[in-house]
Amino acid sequence: MASPVKVEHINPFISATLETFKSMMRTTITPGKIILVKGAHLSYDISGIIGLSGGAKGTVTLSFPKITALKTVSEFIGEKVVTMDDTVKDAIGELANIVAGAAKKDLTQYKISISLPTVIIGENHEVQGGKECIPLAVPFSSPLGNFNLIVSFKSEG
Amino acid sequence: MAVGIRVEHVNPFVTSTMETFAKMVGVEAKPGKLMLKKDAKLEYDISGIIGLSGNAKGMVAMSFPKHTAVAVCNKFMSADYNDLHRDILDAVGELVNIVAGYAKRDLTEFAINISLPSVIVGPNHQIIDAKDAVSFVVPFTCPLGPFHLAVSLKST
Amino acid sequence: MKILLVDDSSTMRRIQKNTLEKIGHTDVTEAEDGVDAIKKLAAGGFELVLMDWNMPNMTGIEALKKIKADPATKDIPVIMVTSESEKTRIMEAIQSGAANYVVKPFQPETLAEKISSIKK
Repeated sequence: MASPVKVEHINPFISATLETFKSMMRTTITPGKIILVKGAHLSYDISGIIGLSGGAKGTVTLSFPKITALKTVSEFIGEKVVTMDDTVKDAIGELANIVAGAAKKDLTQYKISISLPTVIIGENHEVQGGKECIPLAVPFSSPLGNFNLIVSFKSEG
Repeated sequence: MAVGIRVEHVNPFVTSTMETFAKMVGVEAKPGKLMLKKDAKLEYDISGIIGLSGNAKGMVAMSFPKHTAVAVCNKFMSADYNDLHRDILDAVGELVNIVAGYAKRDLTEFAINISLPSVIVGPNHQIIDAKDAVSFVVPFTCPLGPFHLAVSLKST
Repeated sequence: MKILLVDDSSTMRRIQKNTLEKIGHTDVTEAEDGVDAIKKLAAGGFELVLMDWNMPNMTGIEALKKIKADPATKDIPVIMVTSESEKTRIMEAIQSGAANYVVKPFQPETLAEKISSIKK
């Protein structure tokens, strides 16, 4: 039976997201209440996904409405971007990569290796998990707009 | 450009898709011509994605039009849904998990580990792979409808 | 100052290039992996290398070792800019001759500081 992600497993991803936005976007972001992705209909326009494997399995996803994505990437690369072009897609993947890499250092006991980033484009798409683990979402608010961090993580087996 | 990624590395995923469909869905899935993903304009309703890491990194995705996903997963689970019910999404994740798990055994040279699946739902979404990976797409047909298998790999 | 910027992500190269520009460095050449870096260094004249760690074909640490083993390039300072944050990794880089180490995510100021500490 699937169970949700444990708090001690999602915290490193929350910290990594806060740290990444603070240092690379110079933006203070605020995490909201953690929710179950299942049945929540969290739909956004662009998502960066990284797979986690090794001593634990999981995924980390950053999912943005278009407007937040454009503002975030503009801050990230230091150039104003106004359309969802290849730069934005590449940057959202790289952002997910940095967050996953930064979270890894608080999860060293699992010897996690990370996959390549995959970016999903599509108006109002949802990112759900499979049967093995119920992902949790952390809604973040920031001066750049709202976005979601979605994490699935399974340490046993 | 990554070195060492060849068409042969996609074959285990093609074989495991055929095997998974034959054994677990109970239908024959026929692979079409393999192509480079950059040459294929692909949009889907639902995709199951799994991240790969090890001596090669990347991802494998199975993408379906809604009607194929519902029909395949109903047969897979012996269910009777007529929409993208939550259980259909779970089943898509499970399918890609089984396909990736099978394929991994034939890719021992890369010592691949797989992540948990993500399931993407949204009409006409696109999957964009990391730029430096080599990405292949294999279209499949089966009696329940068409779908695509996509494999993206980069040696590390 | 002639700088070689090595990262397989074009986004990361762009971010670093923009940061470098802001602090007055406009003579920047980009390389997308270790092999490309070694090839471009052969042209000569570089005074600093910013090097990612995880790249295809030749990793940053391999490229660093090659740079330090070649009399023509061994005196060029190399700053590793990477998400590899474990102490053993940092030690490996320093022992292999890295002049400094920046962990991603980084603040632009951090990169600027590490560069100016080398320039003096």
